Amino acid sequence: MEKHWWKALAVIILVYVIIAGFTIEIPIIGTNGQSSRGLFFHVPMWICMYTMFTISVVNSLLYLSKYDLRRDAYASAAASVGVFYGVLGFATGTLWATYTWGGSFTRDPKQMLTAVALMIYMAYLVLRLSIPDIDKRARISAVFNIFAFALLIPLTYIIPRMVDSLHPGSATTPGFASSDTDNHMKWVLYPAFLGWTLLSVWIYTLLVRYKKLELKNIFK
Amino acid sequence: MINKAFSFCCTCMLLLISLFANAQENQNQNTETGPVNEFFRSNGKIYVIVGVLLIIFIGIVIFLIALDRKLSKLEQRENNSHGK
Repeated sequence: MEKHWWKALAVIILVYVIIAGFTIEIPIIGTNGQSSRGLFFHVPMWICMYTMFTISVVNSLLYLSKYDLRRDAYASAAASVGVFYGVLGFATGTLWATYTWGGSFTRDPKQMLTAVALMIYMAYLVLRLSIPDIDKRARISAVFNIFAFALLIPLTYIIPRMVDSLHPGSATTPGFASSDTDNHMKWVLYPAFLGWTLLSVWIYTLLVRYKKLELKNIFK
Repeated sequence: MINKAFSFCCTCMLLLISLFANAQENQNQNTETGPVNEFFRSNGKIYVIVGVLLIIFIGIVIFLIALDRKLSKLEQRENNSHGK
């Protein structure tokens, strides 16, 4: 049980986030209405995605330094969980945009570039499937993964901050700063980041354990 | 074993759906009072959706715990067969 305390912590935090996320008083601003509560569920999906892609690229770098195939299994597991969370973040963002931006796909740079970044990571997963040789697959996909991460940050973080966008955190709309998020919302938002990230790590460890069983020759 | 459990769950689900279908016909009669019902109807019935999300989330958590335990069992079996 001492190994599982953080899973219980994740569940407790997320139960709190779901209840508080819907019931606390939030400022009702413009067309957002009550949809600002999406902050507690949409943003953590991206935090989870960044966490997973960071785990993935670190393991790819470690693979390339020692050619240890276990690192490749860790990297691919993290990348697939990351893509899963990215798709969830994109879907929730698209639904949110439909009712606040006036359209599901509004040629918004943040949305479009995020779609591009996600497709690069999907290409990583497809690339892996296309190479049957296990060593070749590990090397090529590790190199690709580093390029993917090098593109992920400018595509989803830097370029959207330099151009006009409807998404918060662009050149014309305030970013995620201490001055523009309501204090009450932070009491839910920060636990939400922690809880959802712990949940994504749980899913990641499940996938890693499955891979360990599947590739038991490598993991001896 | 798994198939049996699965078909049992499906049967329960179908029975539950038929119950809900029945409840739908009598929806106008759903006017019971009491603190619990009043709580769920307050604030534009938002607590109903809070409950919906909690049910979904707890369902996902139960699924993850089950998967976690299945993997642990499999890992234990692997370790035992290696030890022999």
